[in-house]
Amino acid sequence: MGSKPRLTGFRRPNGTMGIRNHVVILPLDDLSNAAAEAVAKVIPGTMALPHAFGRLQFGEDLELTFQTLIGTGRNPNVAAVVVIGIEPKWTQKVADGIASTGKPVAAFSIEGKGDLYVIAEASRVAAQFLMDASEIQREPAEIGDLMMSIKCGESDTTSGLGSCPTTSQAVDRWVAAGGTVLFGETSELTGGEHLIADRCIDDACRNLFQMTYDNYIKVIESTGANLLGSQPTQGNLAGGLTTIEEKALGNIAKTGSVPVMGVLKPAQAPDPSKPGLYFMDSSSAAAECITLMAAAGAVIHLFPTGQGNVIGNPIEPVLKLTANPKTAASMREHVDLDVSGLLRYEYNLEKAGDMMMDVIYRCVNGRLATAEAMGHREFTFTKLYISA
Amino acid sequence: MSVTPPQFLLHHDGDSVGVAVQDLQPGTLQGRSVKQGTEHTAILNEAIPLGHKFALKDHAEGDFIIKYGVKVGLASAPIKKGDYIHTHNMRSYRWEASRA
Repeated sequence: MGSKPRLTGFRRPNGTMGIRNHVVILPLDDLSNAAAEAVAKVIPGTMALPHAFGRLQFGEDLELTFQTLIGTGRNPNVAAVVVIGIEPKWTQKVADGIASTGKPVAAFSIEGKGDLYVIAEASRVAAQFLMDASEIQREPAEIGDLMMSIKCGESDTTSGLGSCPTTSQAVDRWVAAGGTVLFGETSELTGGEHLIADRCIDDACRNLFQMTYDNYIKVIESTGANLLGSQPTQGNLAGGLTTIEEKALGNIAKTGSVPVMGVLKPAQAPDPSKPGLYFMDSSSAAAECITLMAAAGAVIHLFPTGQGNVIGNPIEPVLKLTANPKTAASMREHVDLDVSGLLRYEYNLEKAGDMMMDVIYRCVNGRLATAEAMGHREFTFTKLYISA
Repeated sequence: MSVTPPQFLLHHDGDSVGVAVQDLQPGTLQGRSVKQGTEHTAILNEAIPLGHKFALKDHAEGDFIIKYGVKVGLASAPIKKGDYIHTHNMRSYRWEASRA
């Protein structure tokens, strides 16, 4: 790649580094979406993150919602957060979880005041946060500062042949340079889970991986449902993928060749003192998976697609690549990198990796991903079980 | 890399299926294995679209289908060399309930 290109980012008070500088209006629960969205309208330049949950959840499922909300606020791509909830206690809990990063956080609750009062008060704070954030300058960054995540979607057979191996190139280069990368999609390892187990760094990691995988599959299989059309999806089938095993091998083709350093719970942040590749127990649904990875602190996402997924995330830029020439042509407003030339032998995998790194560097330094330009802000929670 | 664009690819030499990387008509095809870079020739019995698979060998019902050098499914019906392979004649061997 010639001389070493420069990376820049926004340093947060706790030392972490982001590549975007969002001021987020975060509803604690579905009831607070309206007020949060109103604040983001009054103060353009801030961003509301409406979602469907946060009420009557309990136990592990509630903890995951808290961790998703808190992790989203803590993500280094976020400069400041206004949390709005229906009642004060859980609202303050989420605000406190974010505030330990040292970034500006304010909490507002609606009960006893009403939306209009809260919108007015929260908008004053949001405006202040936005103006303050606008003064934060980009600084030189290292790969080790910037957590990456990977997940593919609407995969087809070209994913395993081109876009996933290209992603693999980036994963190996990121980790070699001291970076951390998250992958997940637990059910989508079926048929190739032994390949991941073999790459676990030690027996403790391997046993935890196997247990995590087995538990997820047990839940799926206990339903007795026919998964054909769900996993693989109808899009996978249309693209020529026939079985979960075939899809899994393509999925795994994007994970590089480096060891798996650890197994994370959904939305769990990896140990910052041990960079490398981590597996996160997660759904294979794109929006759920990326929402969890962003909540764990990932600041840039690589998304190989075959048939053409349009996914984005509100706070983590999602770069999409495809090796399917039909998708690259028909859905080009959603494609950040076309590597269909790999299938035509116009260039080799290393060159595709160079092309990928160039797109990553530009995105890190501020160029919008197609998903950002197209307004794709999928923010979707993983629900572990029914609410009370 | 001045190579004629292949019509199909297989991941590993020894895989029992090839993947169309263009929309293909029946006939003799030129392909390559990605891992080893070996050139391959195959006969295709029916038209298949880009991304879909065909058999590089005969499969009896119950035979494993090999791709990436790994078992990725079972033949759910006899498959002749050159036949199109998808949910009508291949199924998961891991998820019993998953079938067309």
